[in-house]
Amino acid sequence: MSTLTEAPPPLGPAAPEEKPPRRRGRFTPYWLLLPGMLWLIVFFALPMVYQASTSVQQGSLEQGYKVTWHFATYWDALNAYWPQFLRSVCYAAAATVLCLLLGYPLAYLIAFRAGRWRNLIMILVIAPFFTSFLIRTLAWKTILADNGPVVHALNTLHVLDLTGWLGWTAGDRVLATPLAVVCGLTYNFLPFMILPLYTSLERIDGRLHEAAGDLYARPWTTFRKVTFPLSMPGVVSGTLLTFIPAAGDYVNAELLGSTDTRMIGNVIQTQFLRVLDYPTAAALSFILMAAILAMVTLYIRRSGTEDLV
Amino acid sequence: MPFLNWLKRRLVVIAGLLTLAYLLLPNIIVTVFSFNKPKGRFNYEWQRFSADAWKDPCGVADMCGSLSLSLQIAVWATVGATVLGTMISFALVRYRFRARGAVNSLIFLPMAMPEVVMAASLLTLFLNMGAQLGFWTILIAHIMFCLSFVVTAVKARVMSMDPRLEEAARDLYAGPVQTFLRVTLPIAAPGIAAGALLSFALSFDDFIITNFNAGSTVTFPMFVWGSAQRGTPVQINVIGTAMFLLAVLFVLFAMVLGNRRNKQKA
Repeated sequence: MSTLTEAPPPLGPAAPEEKPPRRRGRFTPYWLLLPGMLWLIVFFALPMVYQASTSVQQGSLEQGYKVTWHFATYWDALNAYWPQFLRSVCYAAAATVLCLLLGYPLAYLIAFRAGRWRNLIMILVIAPFFTSFLIRTLAWKTILADNGPVVHALNTLHVLDLTGWLGWTAGDRVLATPLAVVCGLTYNFLPFMILPLYTSLERIDGRLHEAAGDLYARPWTTFRKVTFPLSMPGVVSGTLLTFIPAAGDYVNAELLGSTDTRMIGNVIQTQFLRVLDYPTAAALSFILMAAILAMVTLYIRRSGTEDLV
Repeated sequence: MPFLNWLKRRLVVIAGLLTLAYLLLPNIIVTVFSFNKPKGRFNYEWQRFSADAWKDPCGVADMCGSLSLSLQIAVWATVGATVLGTMISFALVRYRFRARGAVNSLIFLPMAMPEVVMAASLLTLFLNMGAQLGFWTILIAHIMFCLSFVVTAVKARVMSMDPRLEEAARDLYAGPVQTFLRVTLPIAAPGIAAGALLSFALSFDDFIITNFNAGSTVTFPMFVWGSAQRGTPVQINVIGTAMFLLAVLFVLFAMVLGNRRNKQKA
């Protein structure tokens, strides 16, 4: 954030062509790139290749696995676990929408209305990051406890009847239901929504709001026609930064949910670490990756923003 | 209705503050429950006040060991990712080279990938290589996913830097090393610091990738995960509260320092 305010005057960085030729510069970029790129190739790209190969292998732990191009694993995995896939997408989408609805007012508040409280609120948004997210997620078990005040209030107001009818909760409980998992996901990824939203809102010239007001736009119209469209880059990167990790998450479903709320991350984790069925786990993780990359690409195309990071 | 008007004008503020409360509520619960004296093995229900856990934060077997392991991994992951990431960012901003598109996407992809996918595929690699899972595999994984975040943070800073400053240094007969150490590095420092801080936080708090690649090694997040099954000691809340307070103090300190420096400049 400070980098933006301290940026050099309009002249900015000169085009590469204007640079004086370096004496020993020809191979310098490659030496600078080499170690980091090697790290990413060996420990990020190569594992993907191994995983692709594992997903078409057959065999057992005792006799070892062989590549048999057994693509049926994909079909079987999808057939067996499509409910978990669907659930992951629904929970992640719900959490993303909730994050946007909850995060936008706070980002707006920090950017335009906080005044001298701005830095303090900013710290309070970031500071929870430094307490392990697992500890904070466990705190939700206390907040949503069966005999706790939250559940009691929701019960008294008959909200639980409504959510129960919708299938979000079961009986008089919130814990171990989809509502608890979505609530946990929303909580965990909210800062990832707020920060990009804030960054793009902060860049908006305040005079645009005045101009809209001078042209007799009411506050709501100003928001709809000026503020929101200008904050689109933040909305797009915020929704991506929320949706992607939420879709692959298994911590919230495990700690706050039940066997009926298992997400695809839970399945991959169990298959890999407990059942030790590596081909199925690899196939599932490959499908998840492909699905997310496809959705992200489509989303970026449709929203027309290329400059995300 | 003056009240309704008042409410209407402050709707954004009220909604924003409610969200802030939602964000902070778990931290408040963690703090309050660090003074609890639970009846059973789980610290989810309030019983009565007690400062026992604060007097003996390491009283739980293996917890402080896992904490120190997590700190060590976070420090080394931060060093590794910051050095490698800074080098990449300088290459990206300052030089022209082939395959720039490939480099950019290789940096972007780890950030756009669900953690569980990276975790699972890295484990397949380690299993195939017959690597011993433990400290080193965790460190390798952490450097891998922190790298992209460092590159993003440092790149933003170096890009906003005026290259004429370096030219000026060269015009004043500074050698390449001197120019880098006395001009480039100090200007890039805030970006590098931001990247390092982010790496530390990400590595220290990472659970999913560590869970897959740790073998039987237990980091602090893995200790918490295990305790969610076995029983949650109050000391977990003590550590959580202490970390929160330290972070807030650290940021406040950094801000005061920054303000003072700005005043000195002016």
